[in-house]
Amino acid sequence: MSKLNPKTLASFQSQMSRPPNWASVGMDTGGIAAGAREVFDALVAEKEQKGVAAEIRQTGSNGLAYADPIVQVKTEQLPLITYGSVDSELAAVIVENHLVKNQLIEDHIIATRERSTTLDEQKPIAILVKDTSEEQGDKTSFFQLSLQQELEVHGIKDVPVHRAMDMGIYDQGLCIQLLPSGVTYSNVLTPDLRRIISQSVEKGIVVEDLLVEDADPQQKIVLRNCGSVDPECIEDYLQHGGYQGLGRLLKDLTPEQGIDELKTSGLRGRGGAGFPVWLKWKLTRDPESDQKYVICNADEGDPGAFMDRSVLEGDPHSVLEGLIIAGYCVGANKGYLYIRAEYPLAVKRIQKAIDEARQKGLIGENILGSGFSFNADIRLGAGAFVCGEETALIASIEGKRGSPIPRPPFPSVKGLFEQPTSINNVETLASVAAILENSGKWYAQFGTEESRGTKVFAVTGKVRNAQLVEVPMGIPIRKIIYDVCGGVLSGNKLKAVQTGGPSGGVIPEDLLDTPISYESLSKLGSIMGSGGMLVMDQNDSMVDVAKFYLKFCVDESCGKCAPCRVGGYQLLQLLEKIFRGKALDTDIEQIKRICEAMQKASLCGLGQTAPNPVLSTLRYFEEEYTAFIEGGASYARKVKRQLADLAKQSA
Amino acid sequence: MKTAPLTFPIDDVERVEVEVEPHVEKWQDQEGNLIMILHSIQNEHGYVPREISMELSALLEIPLARIYEVITFYHYFKLVPPGKHNVAVCNGTACYLKGAPQLIADLERKLSIKEGETTEDREFHLETVRCIGCCGMAPAMVVDEKTHGRIKISDLQGILDETKKGGVK
Amino acid sequence: MIQRIVNATINGIPVSVPYGTSILDAARAVQVKIPVLCKHPDLGATAACGLCIVRIAGSQKMPRACATPLENGMEIFTHDGELTEIRRSVIELILSNHPSECLSCGRNTNCELQTLAAEFGIRQDSIERYVRDLPQDASNGSIIIDFNKCIKCGRCVQVCQEVQDVWALSFLERGINTRMAPAGDILLSESPCIKCGQCAAHCPTGAIVENDETAAVWAALRDPEKHCTVQIAPSVRVALGEEFGYPPGTNLTKKIYAVMRRLGFKAVFDTNFSADLTIMEEANEFVERFAKGKGELPLITSCCPAWTDYMEKFHHDFVDNFSTAKSPQQMMGVMAKTYYSEKMGIDPAKHYQVSIMPCTAKKYELERDEEMFASGYQDVDITLTTRELARMIKQSGIAFEELADEEADSILGTYSGAGTIFGATGGVMEAAIRTAYYFVTNESLEGDAINVTPVRGLEGVKIADVDIKGTQVKVAVAHGMANVGKVLGEVRDARKAGKETPYHFIEVMACPGGCIGGGGQPYHTDIHTRMQRAAGLYNDDEKCAARCSHENPEIKQVYKEYLGHPNSEKAHKLLHTHYKAKKVYLK
Repeated sequence: MSKLNPKTLASFQSQMSRPPNWASVGMDTGGIAAGAREVFDALVAEKEQKGVAAEIRQTGSNGLAYADPIVQVKTEQLPLITYGSVDSELAAVIVENHLVKNQLIEDHIIATRERSTTLDEQKPIAILVKDTSEEQGDKTSFFQLSLQQELEVHGIKDVPVHRAMDMGIYDQGLCIQLLPSGVTYSNVLTPDLRRIISQSVEKGIVVEDLLVEDADPQQKIVLRNCGSVDPECIEDYLQHGGYQGLGRLLKDLTPEQGIDELKTSGLRGRGGAGFPVWLKWKLTRDPESDQKYVICNADEGDPGAFMDRSVLEGDPHSVLEGLIIAGYCVGANKGYLYIRAEYPLAVKRIQKAIDEARQKGLIGENILGSGFSFNADIRLGAGAFVCGEETALIASIEGKRGSPIPRPPFPSVKGLFEQPTSINNVETLASVAAILENSGKWYAQFGTEESRGTKVFAVTGKVRNAQLVEVPMGIPIRKIIYDVCGGVLSGNKLKAVQTGGPSGGVIPEDLLDTPISYESLSKLGSIMGSGGMLVMDQNDSMVDVAKFYLKFCVDESCGKCAPCRVGGYQLLQLLEKIFRGKALDTDIEQIKRICEAMQKASLCGLGQTAPNPVLSTLRYFEEEYTAFIEGGASYARKVKRQLADLAKQSA
Repeated sequence: MKTAPLTFPIDDVERVEVEVEPHVEKWQDQEGNLIMILHSIQNEHGYVPREISMELSALLEIPLARIYEVITFYHYFKLVPPGKHNVAVCNGTACYLKGAPQLIADLERKLSIKEGETTEDREFHLETVRCIGCCGMAPAMVVDEKTHGRIKISDLQGILDETKKGGVK
Repeated sequence: MIQRIVNATINGIPVSVPYGTSILDAARAVQVKIPVLCKHPDLGATAACGLCIVRIAGSQKMPRACATPLENGMEIFTHDGELTEIRRSVIELILSNHPSECLSCGRNTNCELQTLAAEFGIRQDSIERYVRDLPQDASNGSIIIDFNKCIKCGRCVQVCQEVQDVWALSFLERGINTRMAPAGDILLSESPCIKCGQCAAHCPTGAIVENDETAAVWAALRDPEKHCTVQIAPSVRVALGEEFGYPPGTNLTKKIYAVMRRLGFKAVFDTNFSADLTIMEEANEFVERFAKGKGELPLITSCCPAWTDYMEKFHHDFVDNFSTAKSPQQMMGVMAKTYYSEKMGIDPAKHYQVSIMPCTAKKYELERDEEMFASGYQDVDITLTTRELARMIKQSGIAFEELADEEADSILGTYSGAGTIFGATGGVMEAAIRTAYYFVTNESLEGDAINVTPVRGLEGVKIADVDIKGTQVKVAVAHGMANVGKVLGEVRDARKAGKETPYHFIEVMACPGGCIGGGGQPYHTDIHTRMQRAAGLYNDDEKCAARCSHENPEIKQVYKEYLGHPNSEKAHKLLHTHYKAKKVYLK
């Protein structure tokens, strides 16, 4: 692999071409757990057996965790098609039917979310149908047949109709998507079929009144390459515009101008607290020092958050590029990626990315002839959530217990090995690379005045389609849950959404229209956190959920400071007491008192925020606590039994 | 690749040195090496034997107190040999809501041990782990290196039997 | 360098302090006490307890006063209803994780947690108690650890790791299971512990206490078969008073002699006497090595048993540099059981010698090796710390403060100023120089020259060139084990490079300040108490008729009647010992 120079980097996109026919498999940890490796092997075996000229590639996850394993297929004749819930058998069918014969496969297609609203006389070559209504009985097959019959009536034989697995549209009756355009109709009734055929299919004209009303609210910046690039191939990243941001920075901008670009973008740290990235960099740049460090915090620890893992596994170079950019801007020539040891695949891919970048001359001495030198190395976490806290993370890299130390001095002044250090999380750094590539102004157009840009959420729990979602700041939470993820699982009633993980709080159903931002969530008693979004339905006990999060914090407390160490433990005992139906009225007061002591007197964020899940469930669902107190042990037994039954049903 | 298993405690001091050196070599001159070396040792032996900690203390000139402070702080590191097979049930939020506690309870019954313990025959070690990031397939668990998703209680016996049959890890 | 000053207000009171001063210390400067359990004046802020939270105008957060430097223009509020309530909650939380065994605890009435609970008027256990049931560690005869009483303030770990560089104590596990434990989770006796007792001296609660042996001493005193005698170490006389309301540094030598007799001791000796004896032997040894080239240089003092233990474990390449002269405690013991017993016609088998020491390691020194039995019996039978003695006095019903002065018994009781300053860092060096000067020149230092001020004071390492009639002697004094490494490192480097040693004579004391800051001294020792206690000793020195060990008439008498001359065959047999390399970990 030869080293790049500014010129070869700038013109990289045109250098390579991909074979016209290919299939890719989402090979992140989630996908592999669901069988992606077997699918990959089956695709390769079948391809070879059949002698098909196609490339079988791996990518990271495109975020649609509910549909793992995922295969994407591109042939000359057809647009990019995404298949979900693929197994080895289906993989063989994909080769034989799709790659060889350009035939789509029933019931596994995930329709594209990039829905066009214009056709410009382009006639469809295939049609997807899906009954998205919540009512009993799926009528997809019926509509498929009706449409096929109607096409025959019109004498059209070369436009096949396929049943889609998922349209990304929910509770909008029959939905139809035309390929390759992506023009999508919703709430289609039988009489409309004829109009669609006569207008759209025959003439390439859009039937305006049937167009699905809302565009998909997602805006993929952080996840821009996840699911499309091969994470173990730097060429692929380069081909997708990778390292152009770094190239531009090194060629055209001073470190100060780089920081200014970040200031214009309005990007705030995505690790949780939302501290302006440019300011953190400036504070690290300002002190005089021979040695400075940048660290990527990839010790993702929130239970239920997997966006960092997805980016590390799906687009490692974007994180690395962000880190190099950070190094240049703050004046650091050494960077560490502190990664959870529980993420072996992420570790492997980041290491590969570092090696490849070094071979390409994007890491090392005199990068792209700019005179800037930078090295990056991995340091592993070892199972301590508190190491997400900056001073604890630094202690951990230094080979110590991950106990936070008081600030000031801040890491920007005295950090790793006592040198100025800037720590940014994975999502932040992936955004940074995009910002430098496209400009701060470009980034600032997304989101709200105070919370610019996009945020990735890991939507899990009792949601129909658990997945990663990246949306501009400011969109209502309800839109994320319902429009993107399809609402609550098995049609149950949504009770609340928990954001911010163990440091966050619950947001009850009636406040779901709140536009999402650092400020709005904090007003509701929750936080943005790293982006976990847990959906809970009517069957979930808020006391149980609070207990779950609190137990997490108690297990993860470093044990150094008394309010957190003892306070958390005692708080948990009180919640257990309530959950056993053994508590008294006065225990609620005691809970509040301990919560306050923890919030105010704990040394670090973990202890200060650990009471949040308790306080916020008390704020919105106090009646659930009092029900346990008033109902006593028999009520507690009843709730426990219900929860166990439900778990058995869903498990 | 694993080398021939060592039985601890080892009295042969030289043997310990031979054992420790390769782990230290790569990291000796790098900053922030202790945790990386401990990872390397644990990857090989499944735990960090006391003799090795002592040797490490001498080689790296890090007090034993510090090494134990670190080992016992981070849940990833273990001081006792693990079971032959590791059953790690994810206790992330999504898994919790979707029945991880019931899975753990059932596994505890089936293996007659508590979470965090190893069966008497040292076949299975049962533990709960922090979110493994497979929330899309909750509830999930990792048995040895294989991740199982959307597990039902009725699947558990089969998974255990298959693992045991699978022989040496 | 111009010192930057910070101006701010605390509770509305203007305050000006040097840049970098913590809010906690700044508040103290304007007579405001902020409660704190983890921060000790000797140690850096760990910010563990959470009690010293304060409010800064314009900020929502409540930072810790111990760890937050005061900044210009800050408006600090240290006490209001909310702060007090939060502090009360935190105290209650800490209490909920602490046994309620105050009445049977070694720190009853002087426990910092107990005091705070009392001040906050906590009248009930409102939070259910949870205490892990961990067994005590009484494996080492000097200190006893009750892990259950530990509040995880971290002082002991800090002092053991940072100040003493011993790393015998550490924190293990995390969260509610966090526990302080000996290195590598073994017994203290198997750990690198040097028994200095600084952990006990810094512990705010009863989690680490000295091994209280007062019961054994009472039993001996009540035993008609035993002839009990006692020796009092130099630094005890200027510290014991603190237990009875005297300011630190008050010299109570003669009251202590009196109380010893009241307690039932048949003879009262002064370790200051045997300190003079140690100097005779050690100064002679120095002169032999320095002037006559008989033995390794630098000569390193060995009267601190915690230091010798540390050296044997961590710096045993210096074994040959150690002075073979025994410590004053051991010299007194052997002289009491040989010379004194013979002279007084006492059966040494029945002679029971008690030493009162500022030190927990002295308990270990008693049986350090077979040379501690040079009299044919255990030379010193038991060691009590200053704190234990205070307890005995209080138990005995003697109104200590009202006692009339008495004198020590003669022959092992008279001391010179050189003997008394043994208790402060630099004192041994100064005493040795005074006598070495005489040994070399046959003249005694006179006037101000007798005060070797460069080796005095609380600086961690003190270096001086001493002029002995044109010959320069390079000396170094270190106290606090963490300060030793660099001094020995210089010697080691010179050795490796084949260069001349940078020092000829090195004094080392394990505890900061020397024995006046010993691990067995009254609690709440800080830099101010150390300074006051040291001043007490230097005052005593000034008042002594003899300022040099060789001028002590009883020393002269002992050599004349019994020992002959320094390092005579007899002196060698009774007064000298040896050191050897030791394993750091026994498990």
